[in-house]
Amino acid sequence: MRESAISYASLTARGLIPNRWDLIAFPLVIGLLLLASKGARETLAPLSALKEPVVSLDPVNLPEYALRTTLRMLAAMVASLLFTITYGTLAAKSRRAELVLIPLLDILQSVPVLGYISFTVVFFMSLFPGRVAGAEAAAIFAIFTSQAWNMAFSFYQSLRTAPRDLEEATRNFRFSAWQCFWRLEVPFAMPGLIWNMMMSMSGGWFFVVASEAITVGDTTITLPGIGAYLAQATAERNLTAVGWVVLTMVVVIVLYDQLMFRPLVAWADKFRFEQTGAQVTPSSWFLALLQRSRLLRSLGRPGGMLLGALARQRFALRRAGMTSFGDTRSVTLDAAWFVVVAAVALFAAWKVIAFVASGVGWEDLLTAVKLGLFTLTRVVVLIAVASLIWVPIGVGVGLRPRLAEKIQPLAQFLAAFPANLLFPVFVVAIVRFHLNPDIWLSPLIILGTQWYILFNVVAGTTAYPNDFREAATNFRMSGWQWWREVMLPGIFPYFITGAITAAGGAWNASIVAESVSWGDTKLTAQGLGAYIAENTAAGDYPKIVLGIAVMSLFVTLFNRFLWRPLYAYAEDRLRLD
Amino acid sequence: MAAIDTLSRTALRDSILTVRGVSRGFARGSGEVRVLADVDLSLYSGEIVGLLGRSGSGKSTLLRIIAGLIRPSGGEVIYRGQPVGGPADGIAMVFQTFALFPWLTVLQNVEAGLEALAVPPRESRRRALSAIDLIGLDGFESAYPRELSGGMRQRVGFARALVVEPTILLLDEPFSALDVLTAETIRTDLLDLWIEHRLPTKSMLLVTHNIEEAVFMCDRILLFSSNPGRVSAEIEVTFPHPRNRLDTAFRQMVDDIYAKMTARPTAEAAGHPHKLHLGSRLPPVSTNMMAGLIETVAAPPYDGKADLPEIARTLQLEVDELFPVAEVLQYLGFAEIREGDILLSADARAFAELDTQARKKTFAERLLASVPLAQHIRHVLDDRPGHRAPRVRFEQELEDYLSDSAAEETLDAVIDWGRYAEIFAYDDQAEMFSLEDPKG
Repeated sequence: MRESAISYASLTARGLIPNRWDLIAFPLVIGLLLLASKGARETLAPLSALKEPVVSLDPVNLPEYALRTTLRMLAAMVASLLFTITYGTLAAKSRRAELVLIPLLDILQSVPVLGYISFTVVFFMSLFPGRVAGAEAAAIFAIFTSQAWNMAFSFYQSLRTAPRDLEEATRNFRFSAWQCFWRLEVPFAMPGLIWNMMMSMSGGWFFVVASEAITVGDTTITLPGIGAYLAQATAERNLTAVGWVVLTMVVVIVLYDQLMFRPLVAWADKFRFEQTGAQVTPSSWFLALLQRSRLLRSLGRPGGMLLGALARQRFALRRAGMTSFGDTRSVTLDAAWFVVVAAVALFAAWKVIAFVASGVGWEDLLTAVKLGLFTLTRVVVLIAVASLIWVPIGVGVGLRPRLAEKIQPLAQFLAAFPANLLFPVFVVAIVRFHLNPDIWLSPLIILGTQWYILFNVVAGTTAYPNDFREAATNFRMSGWQWWREVMLPGIFPYFITGAITAAGGAWNASIVAESVSWGDTKLTAQGLGAYIAENTAAGDYPKIVLGIAVMSLFVTLFNRFLWRPLYAYAEDRLRLD
Repeated sequence: MAAIDTLSRTALRDSILTVRGVSRGFARGSGEVRVLADVDLSLYSGEIVGLLGRSGSGKSTLLRIIAGLIRPSGGEVIYRGQPVGGPADGIAMVFQTFALFPWLTVLQNVEAGLEALAVPPRESRRRALSAIDLIGLDGFESAYPRELSGGMRQRVGFARALVVEPTILLLDEPFSALDVLTAETIRTDLLDLWIEHRLPTKSMLLVTHNIEEAVFMCDRILLFSSNPGRVSAEIEVTFPHPRNRLDTAFRQMVDDIYAKMTARPTAEAAGHPHKLHLGSRLPPVSTNMMAGLIETVAAPPYDGKADLPEIARTLQLEVDELFPVAEVLQYLGFAEIREGDILLSADARAFAELDTQARKKTFAERLLASVPLAQHIRHVLDDRPGHRAPRVRFEQELEDYLSDSAAEETLDAVIDWGRYAEIFAYDDQAEMFSLEDPKG
């Protein structure tokens, strides 16, 4: 879009002659078009078409399944982006909306995504009765909820922190609110948004795998895709098929990394606000292909011109010209607004309690809290263990820049890889060696998210100022003193970021990790995750709600009383710039 | 040419913009803290007017009120016969921080200025290219701001403002983020365009804290004094362009302005000269700077008395850096400032000869005697049984007199001085004052 803003004047015939980049680009575009149309047609098929054993374990089908899984991911990402732009903007622009929306987002972030999938399935199936679309929508919604919150939060924060001088410049040049949004606010938010988008996508693979084969009470829904294939392979105890699906996922993630993650991050670099050019610029061969191929550029041009023209429109809903003097806020209106919000919240709380109370008693609540404590213990212990392992390794890697360059993409890859694909392997081992599932299922909850600790620590160590290291060497600091006074404080902010992500993921993962099966063999660890999973399978809605509520509460408290103070401390005291 | 306009303007021309009784303040617990008080000024065709004052004097706020970015709490700005109610057509601004969009190229940045005016694309491209050409940026059209040096970035800032063909160009310290050489080049280039009438602009208003810059560029200088900000003097500059900084008359004018800016405001001079009260704003001046200035002035060739402009030149400090130091020395009774000169007191001369521990002792005495806030903190700590007091306690007291940021800055300054003087200890993590000896 920006490309075209400058070059539409030079749209000459010469620009349309193909060059050699087009040799690669052409088949890619045609292939993508073909695949997308096929995926869309099958989605609109009636649900009866799904009644057959929908998933065949023939590996030949895997590319198609992988494609459909990926399309679900992309659909969810589009929805997340729309949500982000509207929700984030509303929260940033309206003070009253902000009062409600931001805390809401805070809680939504703590709700375990896989917990409420049972409701959404029923809801969407009723929206599109008899069509695959309902089940698709439910799966997409599940992925959406795993992606959208942090994106919206990042966007909101960027809007709130848009630089004042640029904001003044847009007003001085009398941009309309619409123009200011596209010229200043969106570009400014872009790097953070893209980064969060990519983190969301990485996390999303886990949920797409988990949401393609769901059993709620009597209804079993299977959507052709990687996750359904895995479920089928697990049900048939087919380890070879598990191997195939793992291999497919590896290929998919590598493609995702090369064709989407890297190009987007490289592209977003131009929106970086710091004026210094010293940093290493991220690069991507695919982005270069897109930008250099004449065919692709001219294909993109009409769309770009349209978007550019749209962004230049004024759509002038009168924009407040001046920052006014003093407080013109109406206290009465604020109070009224607060009363309305509180009333709605109370009503909702009452409804939920009434619903839950219809199916559960005080003992159930106690059980849920007790199980919550078990899961909490698991999360805490495993984060601690993972930190003890990965912090020293991460520092070791980070101190060797060459090695770090190689390890970093690997760690990112492992973080994106849906760990639930590997669960069967663990189950087989636990069954074979008669291990205690309460203990040995635990590592599964951190299997996929521990990598966030590793790559954040590596990043922190790489960014560690060389001066400090030299000073430490000069004063001959070593051993424990070196760790305690030199390295650990320096990487602490990065470590906290990684640990928060890892812990958040671990809570979510507990729902699928504490209760796993291999054919008829079922392994369950005591915990809140297993409680939610079992009640989902049984279709016991009041207990599901109770389980989700208790888990959300645990996560929220955990965030508030552990992570937030630690993060604030790290931000405040241990920043190195 | 410009000089003739200046001389004849009152007789021949109407003003293109008039500021009438503009003030601005913000509500505080006990009343109102004023940033600007009853400012009147007019801009006439063909002149460059300078707003010269120290940082924090409200001159940038005034510029933003004129630009229609901030609403005044009293008075009005009349432009084209109408009160300014928002960003107006024909008033463009150049920012100290350049304020370029880092994601747009030079050309796109310049065109952005036209975007809001809904200029057709072809026309917009033509005008942008000619502005780029005028300001000496050709060849850089497709570069992104981060690829450019500071000077080139500010040229983009000028091109973006000029492309809308503004009647009035507002310059908010446009050269202060640039190095000396670059700043001079761009200043001269701008003046050349101005003198040759190649700019579409009728008048420029320059906000600056650099006295030489104001004398070098402006036809008229309005001196701005602080707390609250208002115009304290008006100076006509009639030297023909190009002006020579080494010229005696030029130098004399710079020295005069120095003297004017260091003269005490009448209100304060009347009763208690150089007395601070509890809510006085204190500038963030480090004790090293104070000691450094005392040592410099105490040593030959100055021997206790020096000309501030000369000291500034020797130490390569700007007005904004040197004034606060001199001022704090005056508050502490270490120096007297008169007509642009600094005179060290006997205490200060003795101070220059002392070792570190003795210096701290002298400083502590002067601090407790002359800075009521330091005194107050010490009293509170002495009175309390645990000899501890939270930061927020004093911050709230200060906020009755000062804005939030000024209160914070003032408290930080006192903390720094108090720590050096060892009259109290402060734990930043707990945000707590105490009388504990950190060594113990």
